[in-house]
Amino acid sequence: MLSLGSGGAKSTKPSFVSYVTPEEIKSEKEPQKKERHPNLLPGEVVFCSTNPILKYTQDDISQRGIFGTLLCTNFRVSFISDETPQEEPTQHFKNKLYGENDIPLMCVDCLYGVYDEKKKLITGGMLKNKYPSKMIIHCKDLRVFQFCLTFTKEEEAKKIFQGIVHHCLEPKSLKCVFAFSYANTKGPEMQRTQRTLMFDSQEDWSQEMKRTKGNCRIVTENQNFELSERLPKYFIIPAAVSDDDLSKFPGKGLPIWCWSHHSGCALFKASSLPVTQEDGVAQAWMERMLHAVAQTHLYSVKIEDLLETLPNIQDIQQSYTKFKQFFLIDNSTDFWMSDVKWFSSLENTGWLDIIRQCLQKAVEVVECLEKENTNVLITEEEGSDLCCVISSLVQIMMDPHCRTLTGFQNLVQKEWVAGCHAFLDRCNHLHQKDKECQSPVFLLFLECVWQLVQQHSPAFQFSETYLTVLSDSIHVPAFGTFLFNSAFQRESCLKATLQHSQRGPLSWPAVWDWSMQFDCKAQELFINPLYAEKLKQEKVLRKVPRIKHQRQLSLPSSAFKTPPKKGFFKDEAESLKKMLRVKRFSRWMVPPDSPAVATRQFYEAWQQKPLDYHGLLLPCLDGPAMRLWMQRYLRWTPEAQILGGGSVAITSKLAELLGEVRALQRELAQKGWWDSMGEGHHRPQTMSLALVRTSLRLSSYFPFAASRNWSFKPVIPTGLLQSLMVTDKLASQEDETNEVISLV
Amino acid sequence: MEKSGSVDSLGSRRSSCVDSLSSSSTSRSDRSSLAKGPSASVNDLSPEVRTPGKPSTKAFRDSGKDDPELLPKEVVQIVAKDVTYICPFVGALRGILTVTNYRLFFRCINREPAFLLDLPLGVISKVDKIGGASSRGDVSYGLVCKDMRNLRFVYKPPEDSLQKSAFDVLTKFAFPNSNNLPLFAFEYDQVFPENGWKVYDALAEYKRQGLPNESWRISKVNDHYELCDSYPASLVVPVTITDEELRRVAAFRAKGRIPVLSWIHPESQAAVVRSSQPMSGVSGKRCKEDEKLLQAIMDANAQSHKLFIFDARPSVNAAANKMKGGGCESEDAYQNAELVFLDIHNIHVMRESLRKLREVVYPNIEDSHWLSNLESTHWLEHIKLILAGALRMADKVESGRTSVVVHCSDGWDRTAQLTSLTMIMLDAHYRTVTGFQTLIDKEWVSFGHRFQQRVGHGDQNHTDADRSPIFLQFIDCVWQMTQQFPAAFEFNEYFLITVLDHLYSCLFGTFLCNSEQQRVREELSKRTVSLWSLVNSQLEEFVNPLYVHYSSHVLLPSVSIRHLQLWLTYYIRWNPRMRPQEPVHQRYKELLAKRAELQKRVEELQRDVANRASVSSERAGSPTRSITPVQTFV
Repeated sequence: MLSLGSGGAKSTKPSFVSYVTPEEIKSEKEPQKKERHPNLLPGEVVFCSTNPILKYTQDDISQRGIFGTLLCTNFRVSFISDETPQEEPTQHFKNKLYGENDIPLMCVDCLYGVYDEKKKLITGGMLKNKYPSKMIIHCKDLRVFQFCLTFTKEEEAKKIFQGIVHHCLEPKSLKCVFAFSYANTKGPEMQRTQRTLMFDSQEDWSQEMKRTKGNCRIVTENQNFELSERLPKYFIIPAAVSDDDLSKFPGKGLPIWCWSHHSGCALFKASSLPVTQEDGVAQAWMERMLHAVAQTHLYSVKIEDLLETLPNIQDIQQSYTKFKQFFLIDNSTDFWMSDVKWFSSLENTGWLDIIRQCLQKAVEVVECLEKENTNVLITEEEGSDLCCVISSLVQIMMDPHCRTLTGFQNLVQKEWVAGCHAFLDRCNHLHQKDKECQSPVFLLFLECVWQLVQQHSPAFQFSETYLTVLSDSIHVPAFGTFLFNSAFQRESCLKATLQHSQRGPLSWPAVWDWSMQFDCKAQELFINPLYAEKLKQEKVLRKVPRIKHQRQLSLPSSAFKTPPKKGFFKDEAESLKKMLRVKRFSRWMVPPDSPAVATRQFYEAWQQKPLDYHGLLLPCLDGPAMRLWMQRYLRWTPEAQILGGGSVAITSKLAELLGEVRALQRELAQKGWWDSMGEGHHRPQTMSLALVRTSLRLSSYFPFAASRNWSFKPVIPTGLLQSLMVTDKLASQEDETNEVISLV
Repeated sequence: MEKSGSVDSLGSRRSSCVDSLSSSSTSRSDRSSLAKGPSASVNDLSPEVRTPGKPSTKAFRDSGKDDPELLPKEVVQIVAKDVTYICPFVGALRGILTVTNYRLFFRCINREPAFLLDLPLGVISKVDKIGGASSRGDVSYGLVCKDMRNLRFVYKPPEDSLQKSAFDVLTKFAFPNSNNLPLFAFEYDQVFPENGWKVYDALAEYKRQGLPNESWRISKVNDHYELCDSYPASLVVPVTITDEELRRVAAFRAKGRIPVLSWIHPESQAAVVRSSQPMSGVSGKRCKEDEKLLQAIMDANAQSHKLFIFDARPSVNAAANKMKGGGCESEDAYQNAELVFLDIHNIHVMRESLRKLREVVYPNIEDSHWLSNLESTHWLEHIKLILAGALRMADKVESGRTSVVVHCSDGWDRTAQLTSLTMIMLDAHYRTVTGFQTLIDKEWVSFGHRFQQRVGHGDQNHTDADRSPIFLQFIDCVWQMTQQFPAAFEFNEYFLITVLDHLYSCLFGTFLCNSEQQRVREELSKRTVSLWSLVNSQLEEFVNPLYVHYSSHVLLPSVSIRHLQLWLTYYIRWNPRMRPQEPVHQRYKELLAKRAELQKRVEELQRDVANRASVSSERAGSPTRSITPVQTFV
């Protein structure tokens, strides 16, 4: 794959729209001898490349680095070192699609240029004739790259800089996304072999309804998106909704079934009605919908407009933009500077608070379903952002199936992908100038799940590494999963390309086919060794009361009872008025007090009961319980590594023990002594023993950044004195004072 | 009567058949392991709940509903009915208050499950009468505790002035030193299978380190505590310095605390040396014996021609000390020595920081401002500075192969924190249970950390400016390291909490007095029980199942505030919602049990096969060995 313009690349040419300038093609055809190229993926084409470029090594404040070639392809920005690659240390966790010096184009977050020692943000439209001496790339997976352009010829430097700016920042059309070139190479049969349900067929939906024992009906009228382009091909609605109502407003305001509780009540989500409707019409219609929902179970319904109490997508975007800055660290000085006001800086971004609010809202919905067995309808403008967050979280808390790896993937596929979350707009994959629509809603969901995983690890089959990798995969343009705004868009793209192509139907690989990115060994790290599998024999055992929840077997005495919660889930009439309001106020900074108290009580009541990892799971929402997702956010920061430490020590030890138990079971099973147990024969064997032995040399952010050679030097903060300004008079006081100072 | 603990329990008591190994998540089935011993569960992490009928509850049930189980020599002083405890989490609870010479015991009667509060009087730092009597004669009392709690009671004192008020009795026994009473530790005479006073033997510990050797000798100059009354009897000093010279050095160092060796690197011979500040004063006085001593310390390590002197204080504080005759080493006087300031603040700043922390965490937490409130206490920043200081010392010794001298003002607070943390980083022995006990006995107890003053055992002067949470801070630093290196420590979190609880309880003699001299005079090892007797008699409760012993593994923790967390299971353990979440250890134990079970089965099978083989070999003469022996690891 070293020669450019080779057969593979050329043959794909008709299928994608080339936006390469003739010069670029020319340069691509006359590669310098010195340059080396990465192993290009099928369908990958190099746009431009330059040598020599100096890449600064991140874990070193001195401005040292390595020389190499910088390239820009239709898939990635890539740096290839001139140094002959050393014998790679055994990498446990290597991504097959891109290496540690590759940045998929979609993964580029921001580009900075250093002009005369000044760091400037580069935007797509600006004049690019003047190229910077140094280029800093901030990635969406929080890596930071720094390249020095001054060692190469001026023309070359300009070309690579312009190329990268062009491909990473300027608006492009969907068809230029690498997935469209890549898709051709994969046979269409791939997807069907996976166990993850895609929810693009009637069977998947009916299977899901059967699994949860739901009693609603599947709508097939949208097969060709005649009802709505913002709804999946198939969806489920309350049985009582009439066919007339189905087509009244194109897909708007319909209560879409999400999940059924074993009691019979169910969770529905809906988008708001178009605001142009006359009040009367809309109100009457909504009332009919509510009645339909109510009829699902016991004639009860609670309605909740998520935007009334939760931050909107702009708030989320704003908060995350502030938040991520604290992890995109350019150098050691910045690191220790931000260490000083770390906690208040984090708090000021509001990100952890948004996570808490989403979890809190989900707990409120869970309470309605679980405690009161009431149907719940959650609504939102589009019905595909916060509705997805809340409905998915509710399902994870209530349905243990969603806490298995497959179940979780099914859930994401059901609520988010088939559920028409606008991934393309929210992730701004196409670098649209108008950033109104951009918002990390899906990441917010993963953050919430991470908090749950953190708090109740044995309840989840997947590990935090899995979540981190999934959050990275959003920005890998090789998959179709997170590429589209809706099922309709996906289908129409498929049809459009079909007309221009002679090579049969396109099929984008799903991100769930993890073997595309990782080998089997690396995939083992997706499995949580702490997961308490549900075993038939152990079912009874598991219910043995656990001490940690054996508090308060009865509720607090009446003396301290909080008033019954009210005014949160509004009664129907009031909420109808609310739903029709044109303007929404973002009141999320001051959430009303009563639901928090009610949730707290619900949590405490749950906490007293014996913990069942295969039953209801609630998160603790108190301030100290909300944690930072260290693995995702700090994994590339050399200053934040704990050498020879971190959770890998625990995980590897558990995995080792688990492996031994399995081996013993197998041994016994072979002898026919133990087949009654039949435990976990199908589960992948977790990490090898070797890992345990080497864990001393691993850093806390294993498996990420594992191939880097961390120097075993302690990281000693610079400027200690500045870090703590105690201006107190106490500071100057002598240790051995005999005076008694008053302390009040 | 083994229950010596405060159980702020909302629940009924039911036996936890729980593993006590998982440090963070469990309550203790304290009665099971040592039937007669005082339970370690002074403060249960998660108050245990006991079911009737379980064997372990027997003692509890038998002893009657309203009485605490008493320890040996514990005597009930007063029982007050009709006391109301205002629990910040549950609300007002009416019940019976019992005060003994050791504990406060409150039991709510009209509530099922019953509510218990059981705490040693030693944790109380202040008893407040809040406001006057109400119209009904009720008086409100506030108990400020050293373990982060504030307890509120409402009580109607007896109108008859001849009768004693329960809270007067409580005050009397909570502050025995102020009332001419002995501390309970001197009465308590529980006998344990292990004798904790034998854990630390200075000479044995020095021998373990390979001392004395050709460069270092053990001096008896302080045998009768004449050189320095706050130092131990045995001191390790360079061979080239005579006892006479040491006496002159003692005159030059604050409180006579001369530079002596704490730890020596087994390979590089680089040493960790502790002392107090030099009394150089404003005029910059010098002492040639002191200079010679530091030179000898440097020379004892052939690998380096440099010496690092770490002054734990901020440089401004060191300068301010010159006014009082103290100060720091000048680099002119001490050739080849480099002076580094570690910017750690004094005991008053630390006390204030903990006071702020208590306000932030107890009883209620402001969720949305949790992080900035936490930051405003500076508690974790202080932890960071202490850890960073120890890390720099460890780095100089390990990578630089250079000896280091560390001091603060008197060398018994910050210095003890720094030497002991450095030693934990460098020497895996101190990460074992007994090694850690040795470390505390050596660097803290024998080297004169003023426990009596800093904790204020039995003293009612709660505003005493000598009180400071220095030892708590050290344990917090150790906890931070156990979080970063979960497999490197033999002891678990529960062990650390137990140590802290008994720092205040006055049940054991371990943390009493200010110096070795006082301890010898008080005959603590004869008249009191050591905390290590309790710990070592039920060791399995305090052991970390994930522990892997790597003998030569140096721990270099991250000192970034990003990696430091507030120790929720200690500081916020009274909040019922803050139950520890993740019983990793529990899962690990389950697996261990399962493995043991399976191994047993495999062995049975093997035996079976062997038997059959022997039978068949009699016939065929060829024994079959199809099963490989099961490997044991860990």
